[in-house]
Amino acid sequence: MAKTKRIITILLRLLAFAATLSATVVMVTSHDSAEVLNLKFSAKYSNSPAFKFYVIAEAIASGYGLIALFLSSKSWVNRVIVILDVVIAMLLTSSISTALAEAVIGKRGNSHAGWLPICGQVPKFCDHVTGSLIAGFAAAILYLVLNLYSLYVVLAPLFPVKP
Amino acid sequence: MALQSGEKSPMLIGSIWSKPRSRWTLLGLRLLAFLAAAAATLVMALNKQTKTFVVATIGTTPLKLSLTAKFNHTPAFVFFVIANGLVSIHNLVMIMLDLLGGNFDYKGFRFPMVAILDMLNVALVSGGANAAAFMAELGKNGNSHARWDKICDKFGEYCDRGGGALIASFLALAFMLLISFISILKLVNASPHHSISPNNNQP
Repeated sequence: MAKTKRIITILLRLLAFAATLSATVVMVTSHDSAEVLNLKFSAKYSNSPAFKFYVIAEAIASGYGLIALFLSSKSWVNRVIVILDVVIAMLLTSSISTALAEAVIGKRGNSHAGWLPICGQVPKFCDHVTGSLIAGFAAAILYLVLNLYSLYVVLAPLFPVKP
Repeated sequence: MALQSGEKSPMLIGSIWSKPRSRWTLLGLRLLAFLAAAAATLVMALNKQTKTFVVATIGTTPLKLSLTAKFNHTPAFVFFVIANGLVSIHNLVMIMLDLLGGNFDYKGFRFPMVAILDMLNVALVSGGANAAAFMAELGKNGNSHARWDKICDKFGEYCDRGGGALIASFLALAFMLLISFISILKLVNASPHHSISPNNNQP
């Protein structure tokens, strides 16, 4: 029973680590440039503070995921890891929502503010960013599932049966 | 399952939260979180500013153009309003459950459901506050690389009120974090086996 719980936890952590790592790498390698009216228009992730925050947050989560994969099931380290899991899950949800807001503006623009969409000019950049956001979203959901599962494992049995 | 030696401190912390004084602490925190989230929702939902610009002058009559800034022009602010609305409803329901529910306990699911719902609402309010914070930063500074102009120099009141709603939402987030922490402690305390030892080698 304990072995099954350990296997499931390690599997979830591995998937979440893979998701955060791919989100970071795909966002960092996204760049594209276009020529509009004799102006060179280059789009990189570092042009926008939202994407910079997203990359930093996912990098922190990947580093943490790597370390947490190798340390588990010792007395006080396990508890610290559960607490840090909650913190990292919140960090991931906040970074994905920020990056998603920026991506929506880039794709649709905002006619009321006079902001034109940029995805028409730099389609490769937009596709890269979309892929990275999907991976980041999956990572956030995986960390949420991991948190609920850790809560269940640590507090077993969770649902007391009334006599 | 007996406690192992050296595992005393979590039990002690858990048992503190079963006294009636902790009930009023939790209730007070929920009230504060409800007020903060409701304030954020209302301030952002009623956020509107209209400005009239003179665009051109034909002869002696100026052509006026009137622009409005409302919260539902921006999907991030719409999500912000919805998220904070849901969080305030959740807190209201939890307050009423605590005051009027008494021993309402569906097959022992009450404490786990409260803890899980609190965790989910923390994630929700965090997402809403962060998306709106990003949009506010973009509106305040613009983005020169994407040729997006800032709008806060023209619509100052709209930006100020949006900033106030953001501060209220971040306060609600801090309160929700504390509430979630306390709910999980209550769950640990209410679990009949108190088995919080990590070396759970049950056959």
